[in-house]
Amino acid sequence: MQPLSLCLSRALFAVIGFLFLAPSVVSADVNDEALMAPRPARMLSAYGLFSNPANQEPADRVLPYDLQVPLFTDYAEKYRFVYVPSSMSATYNDTEAFDFPVGSVLVKTFAYPADLRAPDVGVKLIETRLLIHQAGGWAAWAYVWNEDQTDAALKVAGKVVPVSFTDKGGVVQSINYVVPNKNQCKGCHSFERAVTPIGPKARNLNKVKDYGADSINQLTKWQDLGILSGIPAGHMPPSLPTIDDINAPLDNRARAYLDINCAHCHRAEGPGSTSGLFLTYGESNPTTWGYKKRPVAAGRGSGGLTYDVAPGDADGSIFLFRMESTDPGVMMPEVGRTMVHAEGMALIRDWINQLK
Amino acid sequence: MGIFWKAVLPIAAASSLSLAAFAQSVVDVSAEGDFQENLQEALILAEPGSTIQLPAGTFNLLTALSLDVENITVRGAGMDDTILSFAGQVSGSEGLLVTSDSVWLEGFAVEDTPGDGIKAKGVDQISFKDIRVEWTNGPDAENGAYGLYPVESTNVLIDGALVKGASDAGIYVGQSQHIIVRNSRAEYNVAGIEIENSYFADVFNNVATHNTGGILVFDLPNLPQMGGHSVRVFNNKSVNNDTANFAPEGNIVATVPKGTGLLIMANNNVEVFGNEFADNASANVLLAAYPREYNDDSYNPLPRGIYVHGNTYGRAGWDPDKDVRDLIAPRTGIPVPDIVWDGAVDGFWSAFLGPDEEDRVVIQEADGTTFANLQFVKDLILPWGADPVFDITDHAGKREPIAPVRITQEGDD
Repeated sequence: MQPLSLCLSRALFAVIGFLFLAPSVVSADVNDEALMAPRPARMLSAYGLFSNPANQEPADRVLPYDLQVPLFTDYAEKYRFVYVPSSMSATYNDTEAFDFPVGSVLVKTFAYPADLRAPDVGVKLIETRLLIHQAGGWAAWAYVWNEDQTDAALKVAGKVVPVSFTDKGGVVQSINYVVPNKNQCKGCHSFERAVTPIGPKARNLNKVKDYGADSINQLTKWQDLGILSGIPAGHMPPSLPTIDDINAPLDNRARAYLDINCAHCHRAEGPGSTSGLFLTYGESNPTTWGYKKRPVAAGRGSGGLTYDVAPGDADGSIFLFRMESTDPGVMMPEVGRTMVHAEGMALIRDWINQLK
Repeated sequence: MGIFWKAVLPIAAASSLSLAAFAQSVVDVSAEGDFQENLQEALILAEPGSTIQLPAGTFNLLTALSLDVENITVRGAGMDDTILSFAGQVSGSEGLLVTSDSVWLEGFAVEDTPGDGIKAKGVDQISFKDIRVEWTNGPDAENGAYGLYPVESTNVLIDGALVKGASDAGIYVGQSQHIIVRNSRAEYNVAGIEIENSYFADVFNNVATHNTGGILVFDLPNLPQMGGHSVRVFNNKSVNNDTANFAPEGNIVATVPKGTGLLIMANNNVEVFGNEFADNASANVLLAAYPREYNDDSYNPLPRGIYVHGNTYGRAGWDPDKDVRDLIAPRTGIPVPDIVWDGAVDGFWSAFLGPDEEDRVVIQEADGTTFANLQFVKDLILPWGADPVFDITDHAGKREPIAPVRITQEGDD
């Protein structure tokens, strides 16, 4: 808890800021009051999460992080940040997302460089999504960046944003990028019906990151900064291989890809529970992860095919059919992409084709 | 913004009993401006207890709608007057998704969704009243799978619905408990009404016609909720189901023969009475085991404890399709009898002595009702095979009636 006087001064500051509608109040401090307010701020800047929003430079105590295997979102660049209030920490978990204390925020900005081959040049910020842990649970909000890239405005009903970029093959792509509405956030971020983080799991954070001053494992960094606690002494946290790590077993890479792209829904506690198809990294029952599993309520999502995974036959597998589709009545995941992830599909194709 | 809030004075405000429950308001969704945004914003910002009123008119929606606020009524001007068209939908696998408890949907239509029509997932108390879901181009494999699609829900009410053209089931209730489907009409779907992997369902006063199969009661393996039981199908008309099966292959309903009145697959404790089955070219009533290989020790593929009584049977079985044509008609002849049981039973002794009393198929119908027990298991066991048995009196008897389903939104607990 903070001293009352500090809370008051911050609240006063927020009120003054609001009265003057100051467009770019630069503060290096996160505004905890704004984060904990029952109603979300209209503008992203109110939270003070960035010292330089346009460059995505975070405020003090807001730490950037990466995932070993990211969710595919139409080739968008993603800048992720975690904020845990001072003197608090998230609790380590071997398999699930860490248990973050109330007051924490997970920040994810989606952006496109003009050319994917030069990811740091001509970057246009599209939206920033916040997962804010309030007393009543996690709240999910999406903010859409303005043309000037100075601030982002709350969009509860979602938005379609036309985006153009040059892909890795040098081809210009024009897509209708879909900013999710508040409910669609929960469509993925749902665990036993409550909004919950997906990415910050030990296996997906367990990688070295370049922090500028140092280059160390993220879990170690989080622990050193005090924002993560509870890793048992001497414990080796689990890890995922990247999908292009040819030294890692194909099975592990494919299951890692399915874990982050599918298992937030396709697990017993998730929105896709009705299918009985569960794709968490640790799922060991072959039928349950799709091996010769028949579709249940797929409709034309079955593509006339018999099995989710037909071993040795990627083209005869419902997995490939649905993940290579962009038809809303067929495609998987249901939301979050309008394009096909060629690299991911190559991986899943290779994996299914070598299954016996 | 396009949303106007009208406070409705709580009539019973003086009563301190339940002020919160009466804190109702009506949100009129404007037809002006961006209707999609007006409606989706209303669905997100609605306070629990309020009614979202949809205007009359036809509205084109580009992305899926969703509701995640408890205790909300969404009411249109009627199923022919408020039409949400998803013909141009670019994102989302259903038209409307409901994930919050105590939601009442009434008086509007959802048309031409690329995926499912209205899905309710994990909802306690979901009600569909006078809702229409239709694929306006008629039966087509490119149509969405389910019209009304409550799943993993409890206290499900579907009343006065009309569903047409679903490439799987028009009205589909899956992995749910305490279900009432009544006064509804399902036509030109692959399956008209389907109750799947569910407990305690009453399906009555419905009309299922021009589907591939009229009414299905299924239980499938490898699902979180299995062992479907306690289902009553009564006072329905399942007639003239004459649409060729247009379900995409791979789905279990793709196996349903054209012209099936009622198909019970697996399940325990199903009572079928007071229905009219007629003009179904494959068969009026089929009682069958799950026909495919499966890998699930906890699953029981057999129909058990089935009680069929007091139904009326018109013409059937004159032009059988799929398995009825290939496996049943060669053994029974044509016309295929009104009621056909595949005779799949649990093990050797049951094959010869019949199943235990509690699992028995009991049929008590008017004289002249035709029947066949195909004795599939006995046929497999005996080297010389086994012929069908046509004597319906083998199954005569009575079972304890199944108790009516009670649902919370109708004042029952």
